[in-house]
Amino acid sequence: MKSVTKAYRPISWPMLGAGGDTGSWRTHRPVVDTQICTKCQICWVYCPEAVIDRKEITIDYRYCKGCGVCAVECPTGAISMEKEE
Amino acid sequence: MTTSIKKLPDIELVLSGNGACGGCPATMALRIVGKALGPNAIMLLTPSCSVASMGMTPKLGYNWPCINITFATAGSSSSGITHAVEIMKEKGRLQGELPTVFAWVGDGGTYDIGFQALSAAAERNDNFIFFCYNNEAYSNTGVQRSGATPRGAFTTTTPTGKRQPKKNMAQLMLEHNIPYVATATVAYPGDLYDKVVKAKNTPGMKYIEILAPCYLGWQFDMPDTVQMSRMAVRSGAWLLWEAENGKISFNNPSSLIINGKKGAAPVDEYVMKQGRFNRLLKSPDAASRIAEIQGDINRTIDFMRERAKITI
Amino acid sequence: MKAAQVIMETGTKAAALAVKSARVDVVPGYPITPQTSIMEAIAAMVENGELNARFIPVEGEHSVLAAAVAASATGARVFTATSANGLLYMHEVLHMASGGRLPVVMCNVNRGIFAPWTLWADHQDSFAQRDTGWIQYHCSSNQEVFNTILQAFRVAEQINIPVMVNFDGFAISHCLMPLTIPPQEDIDRFLPPHEPEWRLDPAHPSSFSNVTMAAEYAPFRQMLSDDIMASIPLVKQAAQEYQDITGMWDGDTIDTYRLEDAEVVAFAVNSMAAELRLSVDILREQGVKAGLLRPRLYLPFPTEDIIDALPQNAQVMVLDRNYNFGHPGGILASELKSVLYGRRNDITVKNRVIGIGGIDLTRRFMADEIRAMMDE
Repeated sequence: MKSVTKAYRPISWPMLGAGGDTGSWRTHRPVVDTQICTKCQICWVYCPEAVIDRKEITIDYRYCKGCGVCAVECPTGAISMEKEE
Repeated sequence: MTTSIKKLPDIELVLSGNGACGGCPATMALRIVGKALGPNAIMLLTPSCSVASMGMTPKLGYNWPCINITFATAGSSSSGITHAVEIMKEKGRLQGELPTVFAWVGDGGTYDIGFQALSAAAERNDNFIFFCYNNEAYSNTGVQRSGATPRGAFTTTTPTGKRQPKKNMAQLMLEHNIPYVATATVAYPGDLYDKVVKAKNTPGMKYIEILAPCYLGWQFDMPDTVQMSRMAVRSGAWLLWEAENGKISFNNPSSLIINGKKGAAPVDEYVMKQGRFNRLLKSPDAASRIAEIQGDINRTIDFMRERAKITI
Repeated sequence: MKAAQVIMETGTKAAALAVKSARVDVVPGYPITPQTSIMEAIAAMVENGELNARFIPVEGEHSVLAAAVAASATGARVFTATSANGLLYMHEVLHMASGGRLPVVMCNVNRGIFAPWTLWADHQDSFAQRDTGWIQYHCSSNQEVFNTILQAFRVAEQINIPVMVNFDGFAISHCLMPLTIPPQEDIDRFLPPHEPEWRLDPAHPSSFSNVTMAAEYAPFRQMLSDDIMASIPLVKQAAQEYQDITGMWDGDTIDTYRLEDAEVVAFAVNSMAAELRLSVDILREQGVKAGLLRPRLYLPFPTEDIIDALPQNAQVMVLDRNYNFGHPGGILASELKSVLYGRRNDITVKNRVIGIGGIDLTRRFMADEIRAMMDE
């Protein structure tokens, strides 16, 4: 099969940031306290945006929308929501 | 045993930076579905939040082949896809393993406008998974009532709270005699994952309904999405169950409620936390209307407990 | 070389046999009179192994076309059929098929529209779908139905636009006529396997029909409009090559009879146009220089071929089996007048609406109608 398609058909292609740099939507940013974090991955599993690295528990702020679900669900209180400048 | 969080696969089929609202429970659920289905799948959507948020032409926020199709036809269109891949495989025009065909549809596209096509696809037992992500309203068009909206809830078309109870949709699907029916919700990702894996490995028609508490529609604080999902289950307002070949089993913690080992939490706390019930709580007949909501929940629990005893 | 097979068959069976000859992959179907026997014949052929395809017994016409569209997007060759209210019920999905550029081929067995209830033929159903972006053929014999379905698949798959093949309920659908089935290897030569350049494919994930902003939406619609017009040479080429391979000819965008020196031209589609050939003969015997111009294509409207074919100063008698509500007369007459205006001012167009709801249209009756119209 030819992998290209003619532009006459309404086709879309997978990409990161299909909705733009959605990090700009944030009013608050989740910040992980690595001293408290047990790397249980609960934040990772509930993140709707797939922006949390499950091993390092680091957050991709380019796309994190700042919903705060991770902070509520974190069992050790290691994630705090800090107001964006 | 439910698959633990750490055992869930790494693969992400929902791509970061899509157009969904922050905290979107549909996206949250779809991520887990992706981990269970993997990339060899074809996704079908009808107009809903997920279509509005998946990226605009020519951008796509999911890593599956997807088709957006007419609102009423998720059931029949999915049948078209699954028959097409099967015959093309038979004729040697498709190589490799057959892809999983799945529909990803909101409650409006399931309970209301899509019900006829869904019912017929189930009766034909066509080979695909129908997911209903249920946020209990037409959230995409600004929160109007659907057949999934519970009694008492405010929507823009039920300004004094809905007067009728919701349908028991998963149970209606069960009565189509399909090989697998399950309910799930975002607070229990391992449970959802296991159910999707089971569905993927079952030939024929599968129906999985995922309660997706929408903070905009339900009017609670965005970070509490998972909390709300958990409260729905603990109050018995949402029951976690699955039926393999018609035999119902309840999943924790709903099984404890059904078995009477643990009482359901009174619905009050769950209702109080949602702005969509506010007007009702402020009305003079608040007590009786909350009693109605509790009555609907109790009735469904009693009904499902008895229904599960029928295994023939 | 294998010889062609000649049998006696109905129009609906001719359609089903064309579907078999086209090696279709998926056929979603739903019964509606007078189309039903196409679906019955296909279901039987799938069941007994004559046709290696999937028949999906869907629960209504809206779902039929949705299943067809989805199967087509998956890369399958797809056929379905309907009539009258079934076609109207599909209306939303007709747009999905054309806007999505999916080469579905569908037969519409023409039938009058409810209300009041009728079972018999007129052309309100297909003409009411004028603005859905489908290519529309109208056929006047069982053989033409068979031939046109094969040509339709070729055109549809070349230009990625769905094609509707229309023919009349009962007069064609249920009447036995001789039918020539060309050898399968000839048909395979005419209609190669369907190899779409895009499909739903997990190895190359892409999405079909996401939300589109105006800046992208408008060019898609413009390209659809342009490509529908650009299908005319493909329609002609398909007819020509089909003739080269099978020896059969039904016309290309138009079909004509005794037209060259005609002063009075009957203009109509479908089975009544077959009968009109005999009316033309009657009129000629009566000393009227009559001829026939039958558009095979209703969409795209074969403007240039009609303008070229009409003799100088002809009176064109448009016999419409439909109403153009809000205008006097029928739809074909309006279409014809709009293309002649400013280009063939020598032509006079007269119009009658006849044969509504299946009223029988005999050669004698239509010859008399045309004579009466000459005096108006």
